[in-house]
Amino acid sequence: MAQFILAFKMAIKSILSNKLRSFLTMLGVIIGIWAVIAVVGLAQGSTKSITDRLQQLGTNLIQINITGRGSNRNVTYEQLQSFVDQHQDDIEALAPTLSSSVTLKVGTQTHDTTMIGTTADYSVVRDVNVSSGRFILPIDVDKRQKVVLVGTYIVKKLFSGQNPVGQKIKINGQVFTIVGVLQERANSQEQSDDDQIIVPVTVAQRLTRNAIIRNFALKVTDPNKSDAVMQYLNDFLYKIYNDTTSYRVFNTAQLLDTLNTVTQTLTLMLAGIAAISLIVGGIGIMNIMLVSVTERTREIGIRKAIGAKRRNILVQFLIEASVVTGLGGIVGIVFGFLTTVILNRFKIMTAVFSLPWAVLALLISVGIGIVFGLFPASKASKLNPIEALRYE
Amino acid sequence: MIELIDIYKIYKMGDTDVYALNGVNLKIEKNEFVAILGPSGSGKSTLMNIIGCLDTPTSGTYILDGNEVSKLSDNQLAEIRNRKIGFVFQQFNLIAQLTALENVELPLIYQGISASKRHRLAREALERVGLSDRLNHRPRQLSGGQQQRVAIARALVTNPPIILADEPTGNLDSKSGAEIMQIFKELHAQGNTIVLITHDNNIAAQAKRIVRISDGQIIEDRQVI
Repeated sequence: MAQFILAFKMAIKSILSNKLRSFLTMLGVIIGIWAVIAVVGLAQGSTKSITDRLQQLGTNLIQINITGRGSNRNVTYEQLQSFVDQHQDDIEALAPTLSSSVTLKVGTQTHDTTMIGTTADYSVVRDVNVSSGRFILPIDVDKRQKVVLVGTYIVKKLFSGQNPVGQKIKINGQVFTIVGVLQERANSQEQSDDDQIIVPVTVAQRLTRNAIIRNFALKVTDPNKSDAVMQYLNDFLYKIYNDTTSYRVFNTAQLLDTLNTVTQTLTLMLAGIAAISLIVGGIGIMNIMLVSVTERTREIGIRKAIGAKRRNILVQFLIEASVVTGLGGIVGIVFGFLTTVILNRFKIMTAVFSLPWAVLALLISVGIGIVFGLFPASKASKLNPIEALRYE
Repeated sequence: MIELIDIYKIYKMGDTDVYALNGVNLKIEKNEFVAILGPSGSGKSTLMNIIGCLDTPTSGTYILDGNEVSKLSDNQLAEIRNRKIGFVFQQFNLIAQLTALENVELPLIYQGISASKRHRLAREALERVGLSDRLNHRPRQLSGGQQQRVAIARALVTNPPIILADEPTGNLDSKSGAEIMQIFKELHAQGNTIVLITHDNNIAAQAKRIVRISDGQIIEDRQVI
């Protein structure tokens, strides 16, 4: 142990006696660890912001997605609604959703956005409220009224922030009356939940020439009932389709699970790419260590003459290599940390500094020192003391 | 103390065998001060390497301090060098990044001795060579003579049975050289066994016994009166 500490001190000494070279040697590891920490931080940051948005949807939301093609055998909104009515204790509300891209036009200004066709219950199911005006009413759906609710981004963009309730807007060329403004949910950013419009589902069916509604959202009265409701929804749909591949029933928790799996794979892949620079750094270490062994042949000879065994020399050089890479790792972690701080501070991207990854990165960088130091260290330990002492 | 029996060291140079040592028999007792004298190429360096356990003979028996050491492994030889032999080299061979004290401590580190004991022993050894005021100097801050004294302190610090000095004055001016020889004489007077390897008759004459070597064989072995 004492010998370990001394070898450590010797390593620090030889690093300090050759600052520039030590720094250049470390550079590969610094950049590698920096990249890994930054990439992992960014991946985890974006996962977190997506996860947060999904969780906003609530855990008592169940979505049904019809994927089957056959039109003669299909579940209708009415069928589902009567099914929901039978389970009023468990299911609070059901809303069909028919989404498509549309072009809005006000005066000469146009804007492409997402249109959602739905019913009055959508406001219950998705917790969507209006900040002014009213939501869609059942009569709008029944009478196919050309009314529309707009998100705050659209108000900002097409109406320069003025309350547009009562005004006319063209959706794919047809004139609609704005009856309400949706409450702000995502800082009025483009392509967020605030960049969308809501129309009665019957109107949307006509506008998009699409009679079949494939998406439904329903809200259970209690999140604990979610699994049970999904179970009998599945049973109900299976009776209609006789085939499990034609529909999907899922809730937010499942969606989160899937998302996590995907982002974990993605994180690992990106970190793997960043890790390639660590290997390059390791080869740099090996190169410099080999030079260093040659340069210090005489020192090795002296140490051997006065009683150093092979093991002593091996340990000394391995510790030197791992101290260099370990220091490089620490510097890389600090840079990675600063990168995440700066990205967050200037709101460029969401990044999270992950302590477990930092610890892992440090272990990896020390490991690189050991792995790539092994060959030079073993070469040093095998030097013949007589020849080493004679070396000029 | 040292007993060399029928030692041969043969190097292969292409097809021919070169006899660096050609049947050397030598016995050195405790507290002797022996000079091994010979021109370059005489085999004296080979002899020093074998006595110093840096190398093993091709054939023959070498008994050092009661142990047969001619057939040991590299690691065992390292251990013997560490405990039985104190080296003093012509080039001083100090480690440049270490202070005088740290250089002297080095052999004790490989023995696994505790830090406080190491410091004490190293300081004592440096005092014996008259360098107690240069403990924290690095080799290049010291004169040649001082560096060689640090090297002697390093050789002394483990209290080895033999101090083996290879041309210790070869890189020094005559005044420093005389000082170094004086230290060897004092160490001898204090009971140390010293083997000095040199090509210089005047240096050899300061020892108590001269062993003259030529072409790998001992050609003269006499006491100095």
